[in-house]
Amino acid sequence: MELFDNLALGFSVALSLQNVLYCFVGVLLGTLIGVLPGLGPVATIAMLLPITFGLPPVSALIMLAGIYYGAQYGGSTTAILINLPGESSSVVTAIDGHQMARKGRAGAALATAALGSFFAGTVATFLLAVFAPPLAEVALQFGPPEYFSLMVLGLIASVTLASGSVVKAIAMIVLGLILGLSGQDIYTGAPRFTFDLPDLADGFDFVALAMGMFGISEIIRNLEDEHERSLVAAKVKSLMLTKDEFKRIIWPVLRGTTLGSFLGILPGGGAMLSSFASYSVEKKLSKHPQEFGRGAIEGVAGPESANNAGAQTSFIPMLTLGIPSNPVMALMIGALIIQGITPGPNVVTEKPDLFWGVIASMWLGNFMLVLLNLPLIGLWVRLLTVPYHIMFPAIIAFCCIGVYSVNNNTFDVYTMALFGVLGYALVKLDCEPAPLLLGFVIGPMLEEYLRRAMLISRGDPLVFVTRPISAVLLALAAAALVVVLLPSVQKSREEAFKE
Amino acid sequence: MNIIRNPKDVLSGLLFIALALLFGWQTADLPMGTAVRMGPGYFPLVLSGLLGLLGIIVVFNGLRTPGEMPTGIAWRALIIITFSVVFFGFAVRPLGFLPALGVAVFVSTLGSRLFRLQTALIITAVMVVFAWAVFIKGLGLPLPLLGPWLGGY
Repeated sequence: MELFDNLALGFSVALSLQNVLYCFVGVLLGTLIGVLPGLGPVATIAMLLPITFGLPPVSALIMLAGIYYGAQYGGSTTAILINLPGESSSVVTAIDGHQMARKGRAGAALATAALGSFFAGTVATFLLAVFAPPLAEVALQFGPPEYFSLMVLGLIASVTLASGSVVKAIAMIVLGLILGLSGQDIYTGAPRFTFDLPDLADGFDFVALAMGMFGISEIIRNLEDEHERSLVAAKVKSLMLTKDEFKRIIWPVLRGTTLGSFLGILPGGGAMLSSFASYSVEKKLSKHPQEFGRGAIEGVAGPESANNAGAQTSFIPMLTLGIPSNPVMALMIGALIIQGITPGPNVVTEKPDLFWGVIASMWLGNFMLVLLNLPLIGLWVRLLTVPYHIMFPAIIAFCCIGVYSVNNNTFDVYTMALFGVLGYALVKLDCEPAPLLLGFVIGPMLEEYLRRAMLISRGDPLVFVTRPISAVLLALAAAALVVVLLPSVQKSREEAFKE
Repeated sequence: MNIIRNPKDVLSGLLFIALALLFGWQTADLPMGTAVRMGPGYFPLVLSGLLGLLGIIVVFNGLRTPGEMPTGIAWRALIIITFSVVFFGFAVRPLGFLPALGVAVFVSTLGSRLFRLQTALIITAVMVVFAWAVFIKGLGLPLPLLGPWLGGY
């Protein structure tokens, strides 16, 4: 079977000594930043982008992917032991996970999280291997109008699934698109938005923008209210689950995996949304909903499986269509472009070692994570006692070194500072920075496809609605937009995100 | 009664409008082209117009629905962190990599209200040694350790 040949190729790539090492470094770093509150995968991956330039593309992507899904594991550890979610995707895990820990079942909660995550990771990796190549084949038939419409749908969908004001999020996307167009026009070479600065001839630097928006501004926000952290970590006794507990987690794990796999593919989805959705599903389906919030093991099993599945399947649109569904995927695309690879349906056929190698490494990485997390829990907990006011100067140092070393250009350092301030201002005004990053990555592609589509159609904008696939995609985008703008939906949306 | 009911929305809307005007003004000199053969100015101008329009909607929303003022702005951290990053950019060539990094890290520790001189000095020393070991020795980044102002080259 072709699938097995492909997986064999993938494992032969992933199991090379170098790639195993980078996979390990990735998941180790991922766990580390997952454990540490105030440092997320987006900032970390942005910081490490410059280091990956010297690596082969496969190793670079394997390491960066490891950071993303590793963070999902690490985040749950702190959520359970000290009620401090290390990642936004483990916020719901803290609700019941920490209650379990207070009842002396910390080990069971940790084991549930790790095993659920591992199961979900395995299934999602398999789904990725099965569904990504056919999807890429379909995408190969797409012409410029279809791509344009697909990107519009992706951008709109990422807005509707995000929290906060829809209009503001769309404005953030548009702002990102504009910033993405900066630099030389590809057809005429005319400089755009360069403000007559030679340093902007190639546009705003992607790494500088991402680090400013997600690294620097995040630090400033974390310094808003500081307090000495006094941490009392729950003691971990036995990691074993009782027979009864084991029975109770089977269905939540299966449901969480399914839900997460599905939501991860959707633009704007990914780990966080999946975990929230899974928690509310488990609460609704449970026979004893009164236990939720008081240490229901289902409340750990479902969301933890869902966030890991979602983290993994969000690679599908990125690897097959070249369209990022969340900021982490936008960074991955940035990493590939810097490596000289255009993400898109061609990657599957032209770079099979990259595509299958990354997929195989995910399963390997998930396996390493179980080994890393369960026996070494004491070590991770001790790390938590490092206070933020000791940690953040190091993050600033890494940001400075990273952004400067990309082009050896001081201008990029100033750009990072500028976007740090802008990012902080936008966050204070309740404007999420994530849509901006998506827009920034998609901006140049969107313009190119629009121009090509208009050339083909001789300037007739109806081309987007007369080609059936394109029309369907645009109709979906319009429908999504109308639905979230309905007053009744808007209200329930606000409530859903508050919960 | 105050006309501005949601200062956050009004401010962000005004910010969007200002940026739309800035970028729109920047596209003014670019050839527009036609819909068939779009010039470099076509799509940027469309987007700038869209951003301005969205900004107006956001401002309008802010006048209609209630909201709150942005609060708890960490001015101290904002100024100090930004300054330390800009300082690194300014100093990395003339002073060299390690001195620039050391000063930037030390200054940034002032951004925290929990600043203590002793820990700040330790963090600075550790980071300088660590950066030297990892980035210069380990990864071999071609960065001059000491710049011309400090007798380097």
